[in-house]
Amino acid sequence: MILAAETNASLAQMSNTLVYSSMAVYTLAFLAHIAEWVFGSRSKVGRTAAALTPSKTAPATVSVQVKKAGGTAVLDRPEVITRSAAGTRDVPDGPGAAGGTVKGDLYGRIAVSLTALGFLIEAAGVISRAIAVQRAPWGNMYEFSTTFSTVAVGAYLGFLVAKKNVRWIGLPLVTTVLLDLGLATTWLYSDSDQLVPALDSYWLWIHVSTAIFCGAVFYLGAVATLLYLFRDSYESKLAGGGTPSGFARSVLERLPAAATLDKFAYRVNAAVFPLWTFTIIAGAIWAGDAWGRYWGWDAKEVWSFITWVGYAAYLHARATAGWKGRKAAYIALIAFGCFLFNYYGVNIFVNSKHSYAGV
Amino acid sequence: MSTTDTTGTTGEHPAADEADTPSATDAAGAADTSPGDEAAGADLSTAPKEDPAGPAPGGPTLGAVGWIRWFWRQLTSMRVALILLFLLSLGAVPGSLIPQNSVDELKVADFKKAHETLTPLYEKLQLFDVYGSVWFSAIYILLFVSLIGCIVPRTWQFVGQLRSRPPGAPKRLTRLPAYTTWRTEAEPEQVREAARALLKGRRFRAHTVDDAVAAEKGFLREVGNLVFHIALIVMLVAFAWGVLFKSEGGKLIVEGDGFSNTLTQYDDFKSGSQFATDELEPFGFTLNSFTGTYEKTGPQRGTPRTFEADVTYTRGDGKDEKAVIRVNQPLKVGDSKVYLISHGYAPVLTVKDGRGKVVFNGAVPMLPVDNNITSTGAVKVMDGYRDKNGKREQLGFTAFFVPTFAGAGKGTMVSQFPGLDFPVLALTGFHGDLRVDSGLPQNVYQLDTSKMTQYKVDGGTGVAKRLLPGETMTLPDGAGSITFEKEIKEWASFQVSQQPGNGLALTGAVAAIAGLTGSLFIQRRRVWVRAVRGDDGTTVVEMAGLGRSESAKLPEELADLAVALTAQAPPAPEPAEAEASEGAEK
Ligand code: HEM
Repeated sequence: MILAAETNASLAQMSNTLVYSSMAVYTLAFLAHIAEWVFGSRSKVGRTAAALTPSKTAPATVSVQVKKAGGTAVLDRPEVITRSAAGTRDVPDGPGAAGGTVKGDLYGRIAVSLTALGFLIEAAGVISRAIAVQRAPWGNMYEFSTTFSTVAVGAYLGFLVAKKNVRWIGLPLVTTVLLDLGLATTWLYSDSDQLVPALDSYWLWIHVSTAIFCGAVFYLGAVATLLYLFRDSYESKLAGGGTPSGFARSVLERLPAAATLDKFAYRVNAAVFPLWTFTIIAGAIWAGDAWGRYWGWDAKEVWSFITWVGYAAYLHARATAGWKGRKAAYIALIAFGCFLFNYYGVNIFVNSKHSYAGV
Repeated sequence: MSTTDTTGTTGEHPAADEADTPSATDAAGAADTSPGDEAAGADLSTAPKEDPAGPAPGGPTLGAVGWIRWFWRQLTSMRVALILLFLLSLGAVPGSLIPQNSVDELKVADFKKAHETLTPLYEKLQLFDVYGSVWFSAIYILLFVSLIGCIVPRTWQFVGQLRSRPPGAPKRLTRLPAYTTWRTEAEPEQVREAARALLKGRRFRAHTVDDAVAAEKGFLREVGNLVFHIALIVMLVAFAWGVLFKSEGGKLIVEGDGFSNTLTQYDDFKSGSQFATDELEPFGFTLNSFTGTYEKTGPQRGTPRTFEADVTYTRGDGKDEKAVIRVNQPLKVGDSKVYLISHGYAPVLTVKDGRGKVVFNGAVPMLPVDNNITSTGAVKVMDGYRDKNGKREQLGFTAFFVPTFAGAGKGTMVSQFPGLDFPVLALTGFHGDLRVDSGLPQNVYQLDTSKMTQYKVDGGTGVAKRLLPGETMTLPDGAGSITFEKEIKEWASFQVSQQPGNGLALTGAVAAIAGLTGSLFIQRRRVWVRAVRGDDGTTVVEMAGLGRSESAKLPEELADLAVALTAQAPPAPEPAEAEASEGAEK
C-alpha cells in the first residue's frame, strides 16, 4: 500500500518533469517556426496578386489544375480537370511559411520534428500522470489543459501524416500550446489525486475524452477561421486593386488561399459537430445517473448548449445566401469563444455544479 | 464578381447555396451559358428557396392572407432560423450568470438581498427563471414552429426528388467542378450503356437522356438532415413531457430507518403540473448502513473516496431485496430512481428529566457545514418533560458536532477530517417554549430561542459543553441531563425521481446524432457521361461531376469512374492532343 503510494508519487513527479520538458521542446519548436517565417520572408512570391490581376485574358481567371487520375501516370488514363465552385476567387495557395526558400524549409522541418518530439514527451507526461493517479487523467483543470494541448498537437500531426496542407498552423498552434501549458503548470496546477465519488464513473472516460477532443479540433478550426478572415481581406484588397501592407504581402501571401482555409475550417468544424452533440448527450446521461436529472440548466450545461447552438448557427449560415463567407466565419469564432468560456470562465468564475475542476 | 453578386443573381433557384450553378461562375463566362446548365444543380438539396426581395412590407397589394403568407415565409426561411438560433444562445446566457430558482433557491434569495435595486427589474424580466420565462419560451417555440414549417415542405420536396430523375446533362460539361474527356473507338451507344451499367453498379440512380447518362447519388444526406431536424422535435417533446409529468422528492434517512414512497413521507416534494400523486411507484426501503471512506494521508487528506448506502427494498409485491446505492448508481424501482445525494452524522442522544425519566432518546441528524463534516443541529424535546417542580416545559439543545476534533485546547469546534476519528459534540441547553405551535414553519435543524432561557452549566464556556461519546452533561439545579451515547449513526439523503420521457429523449438524441452524421459526411453529387461521335469519326466521351459542396473526393470519384469506364471505352490514340489540354494551359 505504502510502496504503491510512493511509486505513484514518483510517477507523478516524473509526469511533471515530462510536461516541463515538453514545454522546453515546444519552445525550441516555436523558435524554429519563427526562423522559418523569417527566412521565408526573403522570397518574393506574388502568386495571389498575379492570379487576381485582371489584365490576364478572360478565361484564364479560372485557373485550372490538371492532375493525373489515379496515382501513377499511365499515358492512356484520362485526366480530371477541377475548378473551384462559383463565387470563390480562384487563387492558388501560398507557398507556406518557408516561402519556398531552402533555409526556411529546413527550419520548418526542424520545427515540425521538434513539435512531434514535444508531443511524444507531453503524451508520456499525460500517461504517467494517469498511471500515477490510477484513473483517467481528467480530474481537474491542470489535467484537462495538458491533455487538451496534447490532443491538439496530436490532431495537427495527424493531419500532417495524412499529407494535408496544414503546416501553416504550426506557429499559432505551438504558441497556444505554450500558453496553455504555462497556465496549466502555474495557476491551474493541482497535485495528483483521486477523484471525488461524483466524478468516478465510466462516463468520465466517454464524456470528458470526447469533450477534450472536440475542443482540440475546434481549436484548429478556429485558427483556420481567423487566418481565413485575414487572408480574405488581403485577397479582397488585391482584387479591388489596392496595395496591402508589406506585412500582409509577406505573411498572408504565404498562407493558403482564403477558400482553402475556409474549407478546412468548415470540414473540421462540421466533422466534430456530431461528436460535440454526442458529448453533450453523454454528459446528460451521466448527469442523470449522478444527480437524478439529465438536464438542469447548470452553468456548464448552459454553455455547452450555447456552444452547440453557435456551431449549428455556423453550419446554417454556410447554407444561407448572404451569410456564408465572412459572416459565417464570425459565427464560428463566437462559437469557439463560447467553448473557451465554458472551459475557463465557468470553471473559474461561475459557481456551477461542475466547479470541482480543482482550482 | 464578388460573392454577394453571385448569390444575388442565383437567388431564384434552390441550388443557390454552396454548389452554385456553373452559370454564375464568373462574369466573363456568364454570357454564353445556356439555360440548360442551370438545371444541373437544381434540387441538389432541399434547403428552402431564398427569397431575398420578398413582397415589400406595407405594399398595397398585400391582403390579410398575403400578410400571413409573407410572415410564414419569413418565419420558415433559413435567415430567420439563423436569427432565432442566435437569439436562443443569447437568451440562454443570463441564466448561467444570474442565480436561478430552478437550480438553487437559496442563492436566489442571497442575490436578492445583495442587490435590492436590481431585483425588481430582474423579477420583471423573469431573470431568475430564464428557462421558463415567457421570452425564452417565445424564442424556442418560434424556432420550433419555424423548424416544423421547414421540415414539412422539405420532406415533400425530397419525396418528389426521389420520384423524379436526375436532370439531363448541361450543354457544356467543361464548366462543372470536375471534368474529364477522352476519345475512344467504341460506339457512343455502347459507351452510354456501359456508363449507365457502371453507375448503377455503384449505386447511382442513373438514366440516359439524349446523348448523355445522368446519375445521382447520396440521397441519404437529405434523409440524415431531415431525420436530424425531426429528432430535435422529438427531443423537445420528450423534454416537455418530462417537465409536465415528473416528480422529485427528497428524504433524509438515518441508518436503521425506513421510507415508503408516499407523499407524506417526503421532506420536500416537487412535481410537474400534470403529475398525479397516485402515480407514485409503490415501494419502500430501509437504510441498513451508510459507508463513507476518505483519503487518510497526503495533501488530499479528507477527499471522499467511496459513498455507499446499503439498503433493503420492497416492491409492491412485498419481497425484500438488497441493493447498494452509490453516487453514480441510483437504485431503479419500476419507473422510479433513488439517488444518493448527501450524507452526514446523527449522534444518538438521551435526555432525562430531573427524576431520571427518559424523555428523549434517538439519533439526531446534523447538517454538515463544511467538507470535513463539521455539523450543526438541534434537539427538541416537545413534551413529556417536567422540571423539578413538576411544571411542564419544553427543552431544546443546539448542537455542534465534529467527527474529528483537533484536540483539547486546540481551538474551536471545526472538524479536521470527515471520518469518525475523534468525535466530539458541543451542546447548549435551553428551556421554555420551542414555539413549534406558533404557526410558523420551523427548521428542524435550528432552535427558535426567542421564548427560551439558556441553562448555565459547569465547565466549558459556562453555557456550552463539549462531550465525548458516552459522556453526559448535567443540567443545573436538578433539571435533568443529556447523554451523548457511544453509538453514532450516519444518515443519507436520497432523491426519488420519476421522470417519464427519458427513453424518448434518448431515442431522439441517438437519432439526432445518426442523422447529423449522415447529413454532414455523405455527399450528394451528380455525374454526367456524354458520348457523341466526333468530327474524326471516333467517339468523344465527356464526364463531369457536381457536388452540393465542393469536395476533394468528387474529382477522385470521377477519376475512378473514368478509369472503370475505360475498360469498355479504351482511349484511342489521340491525334489532337493539343485540344484537350487547351483549357489547362490558359
Ligand atoms: C432547432 C434548431 C435547429 C438546429 C439545432 C439545426 C441544426 C442544423 C444543423 C447542425 C445542420 C447542419 C447539417 C448540414 O449542414 O447538413 C442543419 C442543416 C439544415 N437546417 Fe437546421 N437546425 C435547426 C432549425 C432549422 C430550421 C428552423 C430550418 C428551416 C428554416 C432548418 C433548415 C436547415 C436546412 C435546410 C439545412 C441543410 C443545409 C444544407 O443543406 O447544408 N433548420 N441544421
